[in-house]
Amino acid sequence: MSEHDHDHDHEGSARRNALRVEALETLLADKGLVDSAAVDAIIRHYEQDIGPMNGARVVARAWTDPAYKRRLLENATAAVAEFGFGGPQGEHLVAVENGPQLHNVIVCTLCSCYPWPVLGLPPTWYKSPAYRSRVVREPRAVLREMGLELPESVEIRVWDSSAEVRYLVLPEQPAEAAGLDEAALADWVTRDAMIGVGKPHAPGR
Amino acid sequence: MSEPIFADEEAIAPPRRNGELVFEAPWESRVFGLAAVLRDRGLFAWDEFRVCLIAEIADWERQRGAGEAWSYYARWQAALERLLAQKGVCSPGELEERERALVARPAGHDH
Repeated sequence: MSEHDHDHDHEGSARRNALRVEALETLLADKGLVDSAAVDAIIRHYEQDIGPMNGARVVARAWTDPAYKRRLLENATAAVAEFGFGGPQGEHLVAVENGPQLHNVIVCTLCSCYPWPVLGLPPTWYKSPAYRSRVVREPRAVLREMGLELPESVEIRVWDSSAEVRYLVLPEQPAEAAGLDEAALADWVTRDAMIGVGKPHAPGR
Repeated sequence: MSEPIFADEEAIAPPRRNGELVFEAPWESRVFGLAAVLRDRGLFAWDEFRVCLIAEIADWERQRGAGEAWSYYARWQAALERLLAQKGVCSPGELEERERALVARPAGHDH
């Protein structure tokens, strides 16, 4: 049975979910544990203040500053903290570097662990049962489906996030982007490139 | 057979500054925000929450086809409820009672 067979009750289940969350929030508010302004503020923070634009700045600096790149590969948590990035799901961050013969891709097979401080919250597909199970079994096929065709000679390494470690892919700087400054380079770095399901590319493409 | 990675709704999601529509419905953002606030206030650690989330996702995957469509934030919500019950913060019974009270609201007050 495909998941599409369930589409007819999508609206009904969304209504039930919304009601359940409202029940939980009002109950917790009555107990004095949450207030709606605090919930609003934290949602705004995750929607607007953190996201892949943070990771893009980190990658662009690593491309232009060899000493920074060394620090990033040695201790990514400390290196991203130089930008002021940190917090939940970033305590043990590891940057994995792509090369001409090596491509890295990240997943969380058990749930949805993701480096929030540099990438924000994970996209829908990252959390899907299909991505979580398939990218480990057949990474090359999954990457191809997502539009990234890699030569057979390139090794693909899949990094499964754990309770302790969150990964960030350090992609290769495209040859066409040679000579650009850090700020311009950040526009080439995409979320997908830092997950490892895409490559950096010229902005607006 | 391979399952598609992308959900249809994602293809039509409007763009966002950070490159992603983070939440697809307001209830998803509320239940995310609730967990984040409670964690910030020290009611639990993310690792404790993660254990519950993994268990809820695994339960869904074992029972897939049994009816409920995949929804990540529905699993998130179930995980939060599970953890809060474990911590003695609120019981499933209290929650169901509150749900019934909300359903019984007069029309026009349900949003």
